[in-house]
Amino acid sequence: MEALLRVENLGKRFGGFVALESIDLDVAQGERLGLIGPNGSGKSTLVNCISGTLRNETGTVQFDNRRMDGLPPHQRTRLGLARSFQLPKPFHSMTVAENLHVPLLYTVNARHETHLSNAAIDRRVEELLQQVGLAEKSGRRPRDLTQIEMRKLELARAMAAAPKLLIADEAMAGLSNAEVDDILTLLVKLSEQGITVVLIEHIMRAVMSFSQRLVVLVAGRKLADGPPQDVMRNPEVVRAYLGE
Amino acid sequence: MRTWIFWLVAAAVVAGIFGLTRFVTNDYFFFAGYVVLQYVVMATAWNILGGYTGYVNFGTAGFYALGAYSSVVLHKLFEPPMVVLILAGGLVSGVVGLGMGYLTLRLRGVFFAIATLALAIVLETLITNWDYVGGSRGVYIIRPAAAPFFQGGYIQYLFLVMLILAGMAVCVARSIEHSKLGYGLATIRDDELAAETAGVPTLKLKLIATVLSGALMGMAGAPLPYYITYLDPSSAFNLALAVNSIAMPMVGGTANWIGPVLGAVFLATVQQVATVTISSALNLLFVGVILVSFVVIAPNGIIGWFGRGKRRRQG
Repeated sequence: MEALLRVENLGKRFGGFVALESIDLDVAQGERLGLIGPNGSGKSTLVNCISGTLRNETGTVQFDNRRMDGLPPHQRTRLGLARSFQLPKPFHSMTVAENLHVPLLYTVNARHETHLSNAAIDRRVEELLQQVGLAEKSGRRPRDLTQIEMRKLELARAMAAAPKLLIADEAMAGLSNAEVDDILTLLVKLSEQGITVVLIEHIMRAVMSFSQRLVVLVAGRKLADGPPQDVMRNPEVVRAYLGE
Repeated sequence: MRTWIFWLVAAAVVAGIFGLTRFVTNDYFFFAGYVVLQYVVMATAWNILGGYTGYVNFGTAGFYALGAYSSVVLHKLFEPPMVVLILAGGLVSGVVGLGMGYLTLRLRGVFFAIATLALAIVLETLITNWDYVGGSRGVYIIRPAAAPFFQGGYIQYLFLVMLILAGMAVCVARSIEHSKLGYGLATIRDDELAAETAGVPTLKLKLIATVLSGALMGMAGAPLPYYITYLDPSSAFNLALAVNSIAMPMVGGTANWIGPVLGAVFLATVQQVATVTISSALNLLFVGVILVSFVVIAPNGIIGWFGRGKRRRQG
């Protein structure tokens, strides 16, 4: 399968601290990839470098056969690379529905092949809200939402950009078991629609059931990459998580 | 309300106010009214960047003075009509806004505010040392003997000019508020990183906001030399102007176009009345006291009392 996302030799440091060192990562079209690692291992930094909110010092990011180097985040989003944030970042002065208008107006309508009318945008927002189960909250403001609703909004906003690749950065942290299943079902549905999904998560049950392939980052390096069951048996991974 | 209807209503309001002033015989009314209207433009302009986008500009006096001094230059060159002065003032301030935006918009919060304040000081230093426009001595401007189009005194003409400018500024602000651009600016104010990730070209939109805001301030400053007829750097770059332009939207409410208008009319009128009845030195004290009480009692400004203070956006 052809790689949709190709990260080569990517490195990032903050002052003297090496956050990421020569990371190579391929994500195939339509794949469901899990990315795990202890706290501070560089998962979010990697996402930030891929989505363009941080500049990587070395290496390249290639998406959909295009070099991403130097492209600002909004252009990457327009090319089909969407992400959600670990801590939800809703637009708090807008209603839930309006939050979803933004990527439709600024991303979907910025692509040459599409131009949605206002009515079409409204319909699409309605659809998305149905899909994530926030239809009843469409007129509310983010501060009225519960934690899980906030996560759903965060995901819905990333989905509204009609991405080819969705990176979900700890979309389930702090949620209850049932809520985790909710989000998982949602992500599986997206994957079935042909969207490539990279899931960053600490909840192993979720990662193991979702991922077709698992990548482990430890201290800024890629430690393992392969089928989930094999990776979990990898002695180095076990050592990184549990100590010797 | 559709945008073109709003423009018609605004035009009608402008015409109505002007019609009413035809019954005013005291020229002082026009002197005071000019200042109030000028602040409507300034507060509205400030709010485009400060209220909609969330970037606090302390350099308003710089943009305003640029408009005034570009008028001085043009006046010395060939005395063009008022429209040309205003357009030129807007152009100069808009271009400087673009440059300033490009240099400073990667700063956030208080750092951006300091940078804009610094810009105003740099500009003031340049003007103070530029002999052609009078330098620190200032410059006398002899305005045309008669106003074009109508019989009233020149100050009435200036009043009308500022009235039209205020109407236009309000229309521009409202159009932005209800447009895709307004949406984009609001996302920047809420969370810039999330905005960028949602596909909003934040730098571009911030530059548009800075240019529009700066240009409107320049336009507000352009007629100033004809208004005071003697212009020196300390009056053009008056810090009180910057303070007022920030205080007015805060007092009125920054959420939509009507806030700055209410704030400007309220504060500027209080100042004008205080100047003639109590003491001109007390002006800024009033601004301070009112601003502090609003921050405490009505953080959403005057419009907050009417339930419109919540930021409201439409699709």
